[in-house]
Amino acid sequence: MQGNKIIGEAAVLAGCRFYAGYPITPQNEIPEYMSERLRTVEGGVFIQSESEIAAIHMVAGASAAGARSMTSSSSPGISLKQEGISSLAACQLPAVIVNMMRGGPGLGNISPAQGDYFQATRGGGHGDYRTIVLGPATAQELADFTMDAFDLADQYRTPVMILADGMMGQMMEPVIFKEPKPRVYSDSYMMRGAGKGKSKIIRGLILDPLDMEEHNWTLERKYRVIAKKETRHELYRTEDAELILVAYGTAARIAKGAIKRLREAGLKAGLFRPITLWPFPENELRDLAKVFENFLVFEMSTGQMLEDVRLALQGYARIGFHGRPGGVVPTPVELANVVMRQYDRKQGIIEHY
Amino acid sequence: MKKVFGRPKSMKNTIFHYCAGCGHSIAHRLIAEVIDELDIRGITIGVPPAGCAVLAYNYFDVDMIEAQHGRGPAMATGIKRVLPDRVVFSYQGDGDLAAIGIAESFHAANRGENITVIFINNAVYGMTGGQMAPTSLLNQKTTTSPTGRKSLLDGHPIRISEVFTLLPGTAYIERCMVNSPASILKTKKSIRKAFQYQIEGKGFSLVEILSPCPTNWKMTPVESCRWIDEVMIKEFPLGVMKDLPAMEEKEEKKGGKTS
Repeated sequence: MQGNKIIGEAAVLAGCRFYAGYPITPQNEIPEYMSERLRTVEGGVFIQSESEIAAIHMVAGASAAGARSMTSSSSPGISLKQEGISSLAACQLPAVIVNMMRGGPGLGNISPAQGDYFQATRGGGHGDYRTIVLGPATAQELADFTMDAFDLADQYRTPVMILADGMMGQMMEPVIFKEPKPRVYSDSYMMRGAGKGKSKIIRGLILDPLDMEEHNWTLERKYRVIAKKETRHELYRTEDAELILVAYGTAARIAKGAIKRLREAGLKAGLFRPITLWPFPENELRDLAKVFENFLVFEMSTGQMLEDVRLALQGYARIGFHGRPGGVVPTPVELANVVMRQYDRKQGIIEHY
Repeated sequence: MKKVFGRPKSMKNTIFHYCAGCGHSIAHRLIAEVIDELDIRGITIGVPPAGCAVLAYNYFDVDMIEAQHGRGPAMATGIKRVLPDRVVFSYQGDGDLAAIGIAESFHAANRGENITVIFINNAVYGMTGGQMAPTSLLNQKTTTSPTGRKSLLDGHPIRISEVFTLLPGTAYIERCMVNSPASILKTKKSIRKAFQYQIEGKGFSLVEILSPCPTNWKMTPVESCRWIDEVMIKEFPLGVMKDLPAMEEKEEKKGGKTS
């Protein structure tokens, strides 16, 4: 099944009943799939919105009304959605946002890239907030993480982003859809009419600075719980490694290919793959620095996750970097060659960041 | 003694923060009275705007969810599509609806979303201190058009009601004002009709209300009311722009007679 369609199917299986989106390549198969699929389920609503901005605010409305809601887009469209994502975080409304990254900045191009890491992991919009960001690397993870995203969004009442790229959206791989968990949530915040009871307000406007500060700390406390409980990563062939590659998403797939070639050439490389990009698995990475001295970050950008790796390792290890921004998808052979040039058994990483 | 006038049940027991002579409090009260009369408090969800009415949720005793500037109709769309049996209204000013949120408003109207938009037109950005609005009149002085709005530089005031009337998706559109007891009663009727049509599933309804803003117009409340009568309605003529359900009913009756 194609990556974008997998996301659509997983969302509906997870109970997504509202989708709003605007056409943008390379994720058009998601709205196309949803336009058909949501018609087949009770209460399913699909809207092709007039803009990315309208889509995210429709999602906010639908989420407040109690529906599991999703929108999807690609880089320039995600920039437009930031107003709404900031608002969802402020109002503590659950929602799932898919970003199939393409080359940027600006309109860039429609090729796979990873240049939106900063935007995704630092909040993206204005104000003090974070978004949970999941970085799938396989079709199976597209399915699993889409379902997980809805659970996390409900559990923490916060927007959750699936951060993948054009490659992930277009590729075809076999997939098994897991049994979705029953929805666990508190409906206390939902906006469905007051009935005979007290009326409710959902808002992010808090004019008193002391009250606003308290709201900021409330959100921050939630983010700290998320960071403690929800951080995920994968270790691949690190047991006997002398060098650790650090990569996520499509770049991690390429890294695995490179590791195979490097090992064939006698260089024992392993991979640390962050799965949650926020919260970033910094403690898990730092633990590795107790054993390993040499790390090489590989991204399809000019070096964004690199900063998180440097923060996590805090000077305890040597860090190399290879980046291919702009929609270039390098081969495992290229990466393997770069590693062999940048790493020397005696010196370690030659060009240290 | 018989109580003949009181606070509507759909209105919280609190004091408006609005300036003296402002039309928002009147419009709020009319909406609340209509909600009471139609007995829909428990199923109504309101979407206040960014602008002077941002705190509308402090006054309406119905469920309310804040929208970002201009996004009310998108949010209302999301709510209404998930909960089609609820009554959903968006309350918007002229900057909110006719400038930053024109796309959301226009397309919600074009889709014929079964929601009601209350559109407060006071020809100025109120909360930010009186800047030029998309509905500011030609030659109207504001803080960002100190020598008056000039069409060559600033464009023309937008007649939202007339423009939206052209969209086949809209069901009911009327322009009213709230500067005299008679006009206030008329406005209430219009709001009631808009909500009634929504309940009946007739589609998108919009009530534009010409509303005084004495603070930013730099006039007294009395002068403001007069300015609406003498100046504003020349640019923004009052009346029912579109009443599709009534027209259809008429057609039906006609058709019934001939057959």
